Amino acid sequence: MTLSPVLKYLVRYLALGYVLVLVIVPVGLILWRTFQPGLGAFFVQISTPAAISALQLSLLVVAIVVPLNVLFGVPTALVLARNKFRGKSILQAVIDLPFAVSPVVVGVALILLWGSAGLFGFVEHDLGLKIIFGFPGIVLASIFVTVPFVIREVEPVLHELGTDQEEAAATLGAQWWQTFWRITLPSIRWGLTYGIVLTIARTLGEYGAVLMVSSNLPGQSQTLTLLVSDRYSRGAEYGAYAVSTLLMAVAVIVLVVQVVLDARRAGAAKQS
Amino acid sequence: MTEKDFSMSNSNGSAGNAIIVRGANKRYGDFVALDNIDFDVPEGSLTALLGPSGSGKSTLLRAIAGLDTPDTGSITIKGRNVTGVPPQQRGIGFVFQHYAAFKHLTVRENVAFGLKIRKRPKDEIKAKVDELLEVVGLSGFQTRYPNQLSGGQRQRMALARALAVDPQVLLLDEPFGALDAKVRDDLRSWLRRLHDEVHVTTVLVTHDQAEALDVADRIAVLSKGRIEQVGSPDEVYDSPANPFVMSFLGAVSSLNGSLVRPHDIRVGRNPDMAIAQAEDGVSATGVLRARVDRVVRLGFEVRVEMTTAADNMPFTAQITRGDAEALSLREGDTVYVRATRLPPVVGQVQDVPAVLAEA
Repeated sequence: MTLSPVLKYLVRYLALGYVLVLVIVPVGLILWRTFQPGLGAFFVQISTPAAISALQLSLLVVAIVVPLNVLFGVPTALVLARNKFRGKSILQAVIDLPFAVSPVVVGVALILLWGSAGLFGFVEHDLGLKIIFGFPGIVLASIFVTVPFVIREVEPVLHELGTDQEEAAATLGAQWWQTFWRITLPSIRWGLTYGIVLTIARTLGEYGAVLMVSSNLPGQSQTLTLLVSDRYSRGAEYGAYAVSTLLMAVAVIVLVVQVVLDARRAGAAKQS
Repeated sequence: MTEKDFSMSNSNGSAGNAIIVRGANKRYGDFVALDNIDFDVPEGSLTALLGPSGSGKSTLLRAIAGLDTPDTGSITIKGRNVTGVPPQQRGIGFVFQHYAAFKHLTVRENVAFGLKIRKRPKDEIKAKVDELLEVVGLSGFQTRYPNQLSGGQRQRMALARALAVDPQVLLLDEPFGALDAKVRDDLRSWLRRLHDEVHVTTVLVTHDQAEALDVADRIAVLSKGRIEQVGSPDEVYDSPANPFVMSFLGAVSSLNGSLVRPHDIRVGRNPDMAIAQAEDGVSATGVLRARVDRVVRLGFEVRVEMTTAADNMPFTAQITRGDAEALSLREGDTVYVRATRLPPVVGQVQDVPAVLAEA
């Protein structure tokens, strides 16, 4: 597509303006409002017992959801990329379901299943394990909404990778786990990393599904997103800004740490 | 391994054969990839599996490697029945058409892979890897990554990697198929020299008859999942078992109802075309009158398209540039031709697939 210079500049500034108004201004505004009263006020707001508890809860959920998604996501991606079987397209559609279904619906569905009146209600009644309005409910909801990320990022990489390298490893004497560890996993590293980053971001940011299944008690069962909403609706607007900034900071830190760790691991692998 | 298998492989003369395939069948739905194949590879030979795509040559190679499982049949490598044995334990080296280089590993790590899996001491691995890289001409490339190598270099690395584990047999699946013509020629003669040095029994899959004739000391021609003929390059070229083999191994023309190689047609201005009786046992046709339709210069050789005067049948002769100039052939000229060597093949050009006849 060739554009006249005038049009080219017009398109460029249009794109810039679009992103500016819709993304940069809102985020910038929160940052500005957060740090306007000074760092002291910010730290007071994010070190209340409710805020610290919310941060811990959010990180704990991430720490459980990410390994589970990796553990089940990579084998699922392998099955989808390497095998042909009846019902594969149905499985594909089911994996994409969390993209299509509203998180609120996910919350309702989980209550129907795990709630005290639900299908698996016996877990709460007979085993005494409180799932809905408890910590397991938040984890279940987070897993539901993040299931597609690792699978959908890893599968195309596996497709592109093909089976040549794995077959070569086999002819050189490598058993399947050696092949997976030494050949497959390093080859899908970037797809996996991206899937993990998306999973973390979505888990930290999930609101609707978690709201439905959490008892939403400050200092007990509030994640960072629930705390932001709670503070805002109770009129503590500055507190909401401060926790929002904290939430964004955690997400950015996770992303940076992930990329740095990965680069270092790649470097170490190259040196050995 | 049961006693029966053992006696079977012995009775089939395993003494001289590194690989023995018996009764191998493989179907993919309606497609027959291997049709009851019996195939032997003599110890220390370089055998080419030659055939068009879909002839089953790659399937046969992958079955020997254990990467594909035949529906029925047995495979013996160096006297050991390996039917049902996974590729890891078959003692093979395999080279893929598209290199299958481990992209995240350096050249050194690629070649060392099999030795690391076998948990050999570090010093031994390093010495062996350096030695092999010397052999394949990649010394000094140890710390490069595959994407920093050319196609030819990658394939030589893949060969070194396969040789590192001291395979009992080396299996090459169209190893030069993805390379430029020039690099392909270089690697061919290089492989031939390497085989003379290393002496490992090698099976090479190719669809390129020139490659098979150039590199191999034995050629098995496959078509539609069957082995049509096995023999030395001269045998399959000069005494093809059937029209398919004849046409697949080189250009074919039809003269006076018989198949003949275009370069075995002599062209002259004079009806008196005696041929030396030195070529005993080689039958020749009588002299025929023909009209020149077209003269095509292809560098050293000249292709002369002609029609026989008697029955208007088109055919092609291949002569040297010098002969063409001496005869000063022009379109419309009347010439005399005779085939100097008729391969003992019964058949017509019509039996030959159209695609092949063109080539």
